[in-house]
Amino acid sequence: MHRKGVRGLSCELRIYRPCSSADSDSTGGALQLHYIPLQLYNFSPHQRKLEMANPMARSFLQVAASEEVASPLRVVQIEGLAILKIIKHCKEFSPALVTGQLLGLDVGSVLEVTNCFPFPIREEDEEIEADGANYQLEMMRCLREVNVDNNTVGWYQSTLLGSFQTVELIETFMNYQENIRRCVCIIYDPTRTNQGVLALKAMKLTDSFMDLYRNNNFTGEKLREKHLSWVNIFEEIPIKVSNSALISAFMTELEAETPVSQCDYDRLQLSTGPFLERNVEFLIECMDDLSMEQQKFQFYYRSLSRQQAQQQAWLQKRRAENMARKAAGEEPLPEEDPSNSIFKPVPEPSRLDSFLITNQIANYCNQINGVVGQSFNRLYLMKALHEN
Amino acid sequence: MASREPTVLQFFPSSTSLSAKVHPVVIFNICDCYVRRPDQAERVIGTLLGSISPDGTVEIRNSYAVPHNESSDQVALDIDYHHNMLTSHQKVNPKEVIVGWYSTGFGVSGGSALIHDFYSREVANPVHLTVDTGFRNGEASIKAFVSVNLSLGDRQIAAQFQEIPLDLRMIEAERVGFDILKTTMVDKVPNDLEGMEASMERLLALIDDVYKYVDNVVERRVAPDNKIGRFISDTVNSIPKISPAAFDKLVNDSLQDHLLLLYLSSLTRTQLSLAEKLNTAAQIL
Repeated sequence: MHRKGVRGLSCELRIYRPCSSADSDSTGGALQLHYIPLQLYNFSPHQRKLEMANPMARSFLQVAASEEVASPLRVVQIEGLAILKIIKHCKEFSPALVTGQLLGLDVGSVLEVTNCFPFPIREEDEEIEADGANYQLEMMRCLREVNVDNNTVGWYQSTLLGSFQTVELIETFMNYQENIRRCVCIIYDPTRTNQGVLALKAMKLTDSFMDLYRNNNFTGEKLREKHLSWVNIFEEIPIKVSNSALISAFMTELEAETPVSQCDYDRLQLSTGPFLERNVEFLIECMDDLSMEQQKFQFYYRSLSRQQAQQQAWLQKRRAENMARKAAGEEPLPEEDPSNSIFKPVPEPSRLDSFLITNQIANYCNQINGVVGQSFNRLYLMKALHEN
Repeated sequence: MASREPTVLQFFPSSTSLSAKVHPVVIFNICDCYVRRPDQAERVIGTLLGSISPDGTVEIRNSYAVPHNESSDQVALDIDYHHNMLTSHQKVNPKEVIVGWYSTGFGVSGGSALIHDFYSREVANPVHLTVDTGFRNGEASIKAFVSVNLSLGDRQIAAQFQEIPLDLRMIEAERVGFDILKTTMVDKVPNDLEGMEASMERLLALIDDVYKYVDNVVERRVAPDNKIGRFISDTVNSIPKISPAAFDKLVNDSLQDHLLLLYLSSLTRTQLSLAEKLNTAAQIL
């Protein structure tokens, strides 16, 4: 490691970049499934192109695509790396809410999430939005170069006390769904992790809800036809965690010898007051929103019945008129008059909002139940400890 | 000649007060990159991101791999890639800057000096992290180095890698739970109560251990150790002294608070399902 020698060699440190960026971007990112990671083990671009042209590879892709249609998504399998990355990103920016992209593979009924990358905090500026798209492409291209699975399988986002059921989430989901057949949204709640809970959830929209949303049809009649209630909007998918053998070996080596971990300390914290307080606060807010929604419906029903009464009155008048005309031997007037304003149907308010609010309320209730259950345990534990 | 000063052979900087902290996500990332390395590559290298605190502690919080090619006497590093990735990462978190680089393998190899030289141009005094993914010594050795220059007078004649203390910040990993990070496959993320159960079991086991130890000492089966004794008495003393009546009141009050909340939330849920049924009924009519 002679200094001189170092200097002599350092001119050999050169840039090499075999593939042009246009070549890797042209594959369009998301839809090239499955065999990309394998193919990327070859560094040279020529080889890559060759394999793309290979009919065998094509047919493999087609076979894979045709198989996938049948099996529904049952399990989301996340790598520990992705979990840690999500947690790092969400925690660093908490309480601001952040999002990122999930990368992985779609294997039969299992969706594997093997990596992810964060999005910069979004701003409303249009220029910056274009910038964001560039960022995403660039990041995916870069990650592909180091053989990371280059296939979008969804996105993750942080949430505050589980208040994630919003119209925006549904919109984002529909966007993703249009581009990739199978996608999932991972929700992480940094506030709950301080209590020793790994608050990680994998969500997707149910198929029946997506159908309705596409037609934007949330009238009572349609909902009844589909038997869709607020419970069936979101579907939680069980999460599996996997780690490579190498990581598993490292973690076993590095695990501290102490029998008590930070997680245990967090779990045995007696103070749950602030958390419950905020939960109840949010719950009350939601209740207010819900009652507003209900007022909207009451208003709708009232105007509907008023309209029906008006229609009846008009119809009776018209019939009486027609009777008179008949008696006079004239042509009867039509019994329906589309130009009349009282026949214009009153627009029915969408039930989507009230459904989402109901979902949130249910979520808060569940959280309160969970935390209260935990604190019962703690209180009895403390009592027993004290008595001893 | 009096004017001629003696030339001194010295290391510069002579001693470093640097230490490094590594977050588990970095180790995970390095392992993952190693698993996904190209066919012919022996090791992977990459950039470390993080922050340097005023007292000289380097906190390594993030990393990304950089493609490279290595033959016996030359190293080719994809500098373009490195810069692209850096700008992308800084868009997300501008506070994270380059603090050094990592490589897999045991200790420092010849090519490392070249790469270290490159990173010295990116940041002053970079940290070199090595992760032994081959378990050469039968253990997972993770080491951090800084480079120290050996100079004779003004002339630099060599560079030496000096090991610096390394702290593995495992608290974050503990928060997530070693149980799910340690094994290759976990079927289910533990929910609130299961986690609680595990924690309580561990607590009970610990209390049992203490009991056993104290019993053994009292019955003279084990030689007493004053240190442990003091520790136990400190622990017992740390339980606040509250009169039984006051304690009962405390516990009962908070029990009742919680019961009230439980009642409230159950009531809300019942109300919701009731409203749901009524709504459908109203629509059918």
